[in-house]
Amino acid sequence: MKIAVCVKHVPEGTSRIDPGTKRLDRAGEGALNHFDANAVEEALRLKGDSDTEVVAVSLGPQKALDSLRKALAMGADRAVLVSDDAAAGSDLVATSRLLAAALAKEEPDLVLFGQQASDADGAVLWAAVAERLGRPVVSQAMELSVDGGTVHVKRQTEHGYDTIEAPLPAVVAVSDAINEPRYPSLKGIMGAKKKPQDVLSLADLGVDAGDAGEAGSRTTVLALGDPPARADSQKIEDDGNAAQAIVDFLAEKRLI
Amino acid sequence: MRFDVPADFVEIHAAVGELCARFPAEYWRALEPDGYPEEFVAALTENGWLAALIPEEFGGAGLGVAAASMILETINASGCNSGACHAQMYTMGSVLRHGSAEQKAEYLPKIASGELRLQAFGVTEPTAGSDTTSIQTTAKRVGDGYVIRGQKIWTSRALHSDLMLLLARTTPTDQVEKKTDGLSMFLLDMRTAGDRLEIRPIQTMMNHATTEVFFDDVEVPATALVGEEGKGFRYILDGMNVERILIAAECIGDGRWFVEKAARYASERVVFGRPIGMNQGVQFPLARAHAAIEAADLVRHKAAWLFDEGKPCGAEANMAKFLASEASWAAANACLDAHGGYGFAAEYDVERKFRETRLYSIAPVSNNLVLAYIGQHVLGMPRSY
Ligand SMILES: Cc1cc2nc3c(=O)[nH]c(=O)nc-3n(C[C@H](O)[C@H](O)[C@H](O)COP(=O)(O)OP(=O)(O)OC[C@H]3O[C@@H](n4cnc5c(N)ncnc54)[C@H](O)[C@@H]3O)c2cc1C
Ligand SMILES: Cc1cc2nc3c(=O)[nH]c(=O)nc-3n(C[C@H](O)[C@H](O)[C@H](O)COP(=O)(O)OP(=O)(O)OC[C@H]3O[C@@H](n4cnc5c(N)ncnc54)[C@H](O)[C@@H]3O)c2cc1C
Repeated sequence: MKIAVCVKHVPEGTSRIDPGTKRLDRAGEGALNHFDANAVEEALRLKGDSDTEVVAVSLGPQKALDSLRKALAMGADRAVLVSDDAAAGSDLVATSRLLAAALAKEEPDLVLFGQQASDADGAVLWAAVAERLGRPVVSQAMELSVDGGTVHVKRQTEHGYDTIEAPLPAVVAVSDAINEPRYPSLKGIMGAKKKPQDVLSLADLGVDAGDAGEAGSRTTVLALGDPPARADSQKIEDDGNAAQAIVDFLAEKRLI
Repeated sequence: MRFDVPADFVEIHAAVGELCARFPAEYWRALEPDGYPEEFVAALTENGWLAALIPEEFGGAGLGVAAASMILETINASGCNSGACHAQMYTMGSVLRHGSAEQKAEYLPKIASGELRLQAFGVTEPTAGSDTTSIQTTAKRVGDGYVIRGQKIWTSRALHSDLMLLLARTTPTDQVEKKTDGLSMFLLDMRTAGDRLEIRPIQTMMNHATTEVFFDDVEVPATALVGEEGKGFRYILDGMNVERILIAAECIGDGRWFVEKAARYASERVVFGRPIGMNQGVQFPLARAHAAIEAADLVRHKAAWLFDEGKPCGAEANMAKFLASEASWAAANACLDAHGGYGFAAEYDVERKFRETRLYSIAPVSNNLVLAYIGQHVLGMPRSY
């Protein structure tokens, strides 16, 4: 079996938006998106001692190799980075196009994603990629197993969980409740240096520059602004009657 | 001269930091006053960190001292304590450099995997103290082996180690030309030493699992001798540079922890209507400590680089340990001051780290002896001790 795990290199610490480009400032230190660490862990767990190949795939600047190397240090077998100046500023539509192209080349049986990236918290990319690949997609996976040509997923919902089966090849986005990612061992870190790390350009993927980056995007950021200030609020000091005051307030607003 | 940080160091720092994050302050607090961090040491071992310096052919990672020192720095900078297990990393160096092919093949792979723990180093004695060549413990050749008699003190982690690297006198002082001759190094298997070996824990102000060890005619086979008989003192000296560099890195890690913790606290704590960090009386000691840590760090990296290049590094290794232990102590003091009364409260962890870092001005070698070394060997002044 072949499992591809899509991973993102996200800025560490509090993120800042560059007012000039209206893009997230990615100049500082970055790290492997922590939801993606869950996806890598799940791939490695599925692999176990078998000869399943785990390929980590990322779209990003050269620095994203740091996060790919971490996936390799955790135990992934190979890394693929799609990196091209023309890809900078890709939105969901363009990103999904590029990732789908890279995944199509790999032909994995299973594609894993983390539920969302901690920089933009979109939680939609996996759906777009699955659509482009024409594969079934299951999100919020809190338990995952593969048997023969079928993937079984326990999917977290607001009220409990769904049990879902899908034929392979399929795309699954895992929740962070699915496992506790391992940390890389020293041997893993040393071994990662010897594992293949391919960097692909748009040309390598056969994608036109016009279909990537801002040119290939369908969204435009027009302006950035602070969230509106909170409207007038009422503060209830507890002089022994706070509970009653809150109940009265909620009743007055017909909320209870 | 270049100062860019190798990618390896960044990866090591990140990975060890992640491991340490699973051993938060509460874990260390609960171990006080004398619990051993079994789980922490097991996690480091399983992930190969303590085998960093063992060559790949023996199952280790074959890293240099500079990279290995990043591991210990990160542990201490994360609020954890390397003292529980740093010796597993470097004590094996004596076997690696001076042991026979059989000893290396037998022990190093097991030390690398953690199956065997070699993290007890028996040199210091009650009467000899810093004057190592005056040790009284003897190893007498009897039949096929040696019989060891005497006493060691401050033998740390002896109750958490399978093997002990031991220095004992094999030729009496009056029969050797120089006091530095006639000392030999043994790899003692404590598991099979029987009840003629007695280990007693010593209560100390910081949790360091240290002990005193009594040898009442402990028999060891001749194969326990490391290298040549009579050359043990030279072998000990030879391992010291690595130890000094690694201890310096731990101090630098401590120092970073203190300064970071204090800077954060001083920026948040408001008295007299403003953050205490706005007062230069609070801010400057922290800035000064930070500068001292950075300076010590440069000497530590220089020493490590020299060692890894196979060049002499005695002066730099000693200076790194001296500067780093002074810097971490200054940082500890500034951190305690900045915390006011709260620095004494166990739940702030400052007092624990304060006790832990204070050790390094005295052990593994007292800073006075480091200065004596610099005076004599670097400055060419008369020997003062
Ligand atoms: C927690 C702990 C763990 C330790 N772990 C180990 C271990 O695992 N293995 C091991 O072998 N040892 C260990 N040691 C021992 C340590 O190396 C010694 O404590 C240290 O070398 C100092 O020796 P001493 O305590 O006998 O002090 P002394 O030699 O008695 O020195 C006392 C003071 O006098 C000063 N002094 C002595 N001679 C001179 C001089 N000529 N000039 C100027 N000042 C001088 C010293 O600097 C020191 O300040 C440990 C010690 C401690 C406290
Ligand atoms: C063991 C112990 C027993 C105690 N017993 C008692 C007791 O019995 N009764 C009681 O009332 N209190 C007691 N205290 C409290 C003690 O008096 C306070 O801890 C002390 O006054 C410092 O206050 P703080 O801890 O809030 O520190 P902070 O006021 O927060 O000060 C923190 C640091 O900032 C510095 N700083 C603050 N403001 C300035 C400034 N403007 N300029 C320069 N530096 C500044 C301080 O010097 C200190 O280094 C005790 C404390 C301890 C630790």
